[in-house]
Amino acid sequence: MELAIRIFSMAIAAIFVQNFVLARFLGLCPYIGVSKKLDSALGMGMAVIFVMTLASTFTWLIQHFLLIPLQMEFLQTIAFILTIASLVQFVEMVIQKTAPALYKALGVFLPLITTNCAVLGVAILNVQEEYTFFGAILNGLFAGIGFTLVLVLMAGIRERMDKAEVPEAMKGMPIAMIIAGGMALAFLGFAGLQF
Amino acid sequence: MSNFKEFTKGLVKENPVFVMALGLCPTLGVTSSVANGIGMGLAATFVLVMANIIISLIKDLIPTKVRIPAYIVVIASFVTIVDMVMHAYLPALYKSLGLFIPLIVVNCIILGRAEAFAGKNKVIPSIFDGLGMGLGFTLALVVIASVREFLGNGTLLGIQIMPSSYQPMLIAILAPGAFLVMGFLMAILNMLKKK
Repeated sequence: MELAIRIFSMAIAAIFVQNFVLARFLGLCPYIGVSKKLDSALGMGMAVIFVMTLASTFTWLIQHFLLIPLQMEFLQTIAFILTIASLVQFVEMVIQKTAPALYKALGVFLPLITTNCAVLGVAILNVQEEYTFFGAILNGLFAGIGFTLVLVLMAGIRERMDKAEVPEAMKGMPIAMIIAGGMALAFLGFAGLQF
Repeated sequence: MSNFKEFTKGLVKENPVFVMALGLCPTLGVTSSVANGIGMGLAATFVLVMANIIISLIKDLIPTKVRIPAYIVVIASFVTIVDMVMHAYLPALYKSLGLFIPLIVVNCIILGRAEAFAGKNKVIPSIFDGLGMGLGFTLALVVIASVREFLGNGTLLGIQIMPSSYQPMLIAILAPGAFLVMGFLMAILNMLKKK
């Protein structure tokens, strides 16, 4: 029971209180870039959840069984980014084979998960926060869910914005930023929420 | 003359942040004070110039298929150097930039310049390109950070500008303020461009 509560409070913290996009400013490129259509946002979100969970798992193993015993923690950045790059390549190959429609919809953004700072960010945060193995995996999963949540919400809002009358200078990126600001304001309301 | 053009294009015409909307995460994440903005900008400029030099030197040795991983390793090495130097000599700045220093690796500007410029050009133009883009990035960070620090704290670079009766708009240095300030700055730029 106590374990369940701890997992629950971790989920709340990672999804709402310390949301990766709106509170930590990680993964903004896909957040702005892939949020024009609801289905591609959902697909991107799923891919990110998957990659983030896998990346948390593998980078934790690399950190604790390779870098720490060999005292090469300073190679962390290089080791982690290479791990993530190969994972993304793998996921890309799998999606291309199993779901060509999804692959087409995500287009150029799938390889860009490598340079999605949210993925490298979660890997480094896992080390900094000194999570246990399962803690790291769960943190990756919840962070991914938090990312997907705001990405999908954003896509929903932007689909409706298409029909709204936006001032000429505000069209495109500026209005997307203002919407993001509004969402961040709403998510600020979760600050301090603890169980 | 042409080298001078490579240098100036990054400052205004092809400004990586305002025009190309690249590298948004550090742009919004570290700009709560001008000092952080300058530190981040110069760190990224160093990595950008060094990575551009190395990549333009070795571009003919790398097979096209594995060029992205090769570029990432080069970039990650310089980021590791910046990380260690900053940790040793600028501990206060290191602490306030935090996660965003290792995340320079995944800054799309750097990989973008490697792919779009350094991988195709000679060393000297690549240096100027990197310098221009890096300083353009720094300029954008300083502009955004100035607005945020001024509104949110009444100071610039830590120096009190507004009279003490000024009630700071705390929102500007919190997460939502980053999005809102960025949105309005982009809209203003759009307006100026239309005229």
